[in-house]
Amino acid sequence: MAPRIAASAAQAVANITDGSTVLIGGFGNAGQPMELIDALLEGGASDLTVVNNNAGQADAGLALLIKERRVAKIICSFPRQSDSWHFDEAYRAGEIELELVPQGNLAERIRAAGAGIGGFFTPTGYGTLLAEGKETRIIDGRGYVLESPIHADFALIKALRADAHGNLVYRKTARNFGPIMATAAKQAIVQVDDIVPVGSIDPENVITPGIYVNTLVALGGAQ
Amino acid sequence: MSAYTEQKLTRDEMAQLVAADIPAGAFVNLGIGQPTNVSNFLTAEQGVTLHTENGMLGMGPVAVGDQVDEDLINAGKIPVTELPGASFFHHADSFAMMRGGHLDVCVLGAFQVSAAGDLANWHTGAEGAIPAVGGAMDLAIGAKQTWVMMSLFTKGGESKLVETLSYPVTGLGCVSRIYTEVAVFELRDAKVYVRSTHGISFADLAAKVPVELTEVK
Repeated sequence: MAPRIAASAAQAVANITDGSTVLIGGFGNAGQPMELIDALLEGGASDLTVVNNNAGQADAGLALLIKERRVAKIICSFPRQSDSWHFDEAYRAGEIELELVPQGNLAERIRAAGAGIGGFFTPTGYGTLLAEGKETRIIDGRGYVLESPIHADFALIKALRADAHGNLVYRKTARNFGPIMATAAKQAIVQVDDIVPVGSIDPENVITPGIYVNTLVALGGAQ
Repeated sequence: MSAYTEQKLTRDEMAQLVAADIPAGAFVNLGIGQPTNVSNFLTAEQGVTLHTENGMLGMGPVAVGDQVDEDLINAGKIPVTELPGASFFHHADSFAMMRGGHLDVCVLGAFQVSAAGDLANWHTGAEGAIPAVGGAMDLAIGAKQTWVMMSLFTKGGESKLVETLSYPVTGLGCVSRIYTEVAVFELRDAKVYVRSTHGISFADLAAKVPVELTEVK
């Protein structure tokens, strides 16, 4: 089924309810779907579990969701940065739960969810604090940790362009988590600069096939 | 006798040494901080391709002026450039590339390295510190070779090359080489070899480092 085309970012995120698990794309600000996050903030959903590489920068996007205490739990690899003050404050106050995951395990857990994998053994984190309490196994003489998929209710993603079938292309390192997050959520909501007619994206260049995309919103270019 | 120079190595000299050791044509990931400086000493003839964990091979120098593009950044979230022949890929591919042993060399900073090559570089374990790991654990165990650049001693004069880590582990048995301002170490065959010393004799070094050292003959 072709994706729904939302008229605004607010309409695109209107179905996100309290207690949802939301994958949010981006590595730092590159690929972070700022307008969708702002709309989510406006919409008022709370008690969210958010999955992102970081825990927000400065006073924008994810940082504001955390500031407003909408995020009950964050699953990320690198929360602490020079400008992660809203997360730092919430964390120190005991008002946000943190699940810290090595970045490659975070990516693979998201990928696994979208690919129907029930779990996987990874060497990353073996013998460390982040593997405590997890099942381990020695395979061919090397230690591995069992990691589980991260399924989500929604994914908020920023891509460069979509066609009306939801086929996506990204831009440079803003691609980062977008393609895997699109596969791992029940509902993938994607903001793009523009939506072009079907047939105008060379199929060889499609990075996320439209099958994964549920909602599109065109917000125009930043320039 | 291991190689010897009168003076300690400067940070640039350490970076230069690491750069010279990177094999021609290698795919390399340089960690945040001191290791990033290595890129300034790689030569065009070496044909080294730089990987950045956020999804790019063929990363070029830091962007300046009009080159700055917020969609084109490195792992430290600094705007960079792309070189001809560069490629972009998503995060799971980027870490599969790393974990799957496709990168030849990864250069990282460290709090401590043990004689067995265990690495600590992600968390001080200090009370109240907010932990952050990023790609450190994936990088440590993923590349074919993991090299460390660090000062050999803490501000208090304690050796960061240790028998057993006191900081939380990043990866076990992963480090094969350590570049410091006073010596270059090679970890292999369950031994710590000293390849070169700088501003210190082997005997003085051996007296200050609490692990058994072997001179490269």
